[in-house]
Amino acid sequence: MIFVTVGSQLAFDRMTQAVLAWARARQRTDLFFQTGASSVDCSGFAASAMLSAQEIRARFDEATVVVAHAGTGTIIECMLRGTPIIVLPRSAKLQETRNDHQFGTARRFQSRQGVFVAWNEEELAALLDRADSLVGGASIAPHADEQLLSALRRFVAEKRAGR
Amino acid sequence: MNAQREVRSASKTRHRVLLVSSSGGHWTELRRLAPAFDQCERVWCSVLPEMRDEVAPDRFLRVPDANRWNKLRLLWSALCVVWVLLRVRPHVVVSTGAAPGFFAISFAKLVNARTVWIDSIANAEELSMSGRNAAQTATLTLTQWPELGTPLPSDPSARQPGEVYFAGSVV
Repeated sequence: MIFVTVGSQLAFDRMTQAVLAWARARQRTDLFFQTGASSVDCSGFAASAMLSAQEIRARFDEATVVVAHAGTGTIIECMLRGTPIIVLPRSAKLQETRNDHQFGTARRFQSRQGVFVAWNEEELAALLDRADSLVGGASIAPHADEQLLSALRRFVAEKRAGR
Repeated sequence: MNAQREVRSASKTRHRVLLVSSSGGHWTELRRLAPAFDQCERVWCSVLPEMRDEVAPDRFLRVPDANRWNKLRLLWSALCVVWVLLRVRPHVVVSTGAAPGFFAISFAKLVNARTVWIDSIANAEELSMSGRNAAQTATLTLTQWPELGTPLPSDPSARQPGEVYFAGSVV
């Protein structure tokens, strides 16, 4: 099952449509689309505008590949499970988000095992053609790295301001 | 478990930490910090009702979300965050963004709390606008990318106010 998700805030029709076009051309039906508030016609496919936290966990659990925007929450969910993820960054110029931070996120995360970046719709289709052979990275720990945790522990233990 | 409980009850000085963020990636990042505060009383504050179950048995308080395009909602969200601060009276406030966390850091001095802003890992090439503003008031401002900050000195007196530091990341 390929889980296609736009995240919890805004629709991302450019991605949804690109994946739909690919699936129709390849006659694939093993996809689930979470589209956000969108008017894109997903007929013939399992689809939902929004999912509860519980449903979204279930979709991540059963996915063999995830296709998403370059949102850190979604990327982390996949890294936790060792599921390969293909990300298409949202563009500010196309009014898909308010700035181009997702391009930076994508550039930084593409060195992580199991994170595949499509910089445009053509690259997305090419990566989807390889979907069944993409391999995820090792599952990451459910918490932040020890360096950050111990920095925060030390901060808490510093003297309290004025108490 | 029992030993831990004894230590806690013996110590009236257990720190109360308020962890604040909006939803999505900010919340995912915030929750990954939980083990840093295992010895503290953790109180969580965010924007969706279903989050309560995700952090149980810790206390959870909900505030309305807002972004900078809707000024009235922004004001309402800020007032709710102030109310949370007055109710919880945390010793430490921690946020990974965005709007509710920024308000919590900004108003934390009302309850004399020390504050940590951890800029989202999504901001890989420059600090977020909230992060740049939060750095003006936060006790400690961290980026999650080594290129965007100076290594955090282990001696707190060596820290400069307004400076952005790096001390690891949530992933």
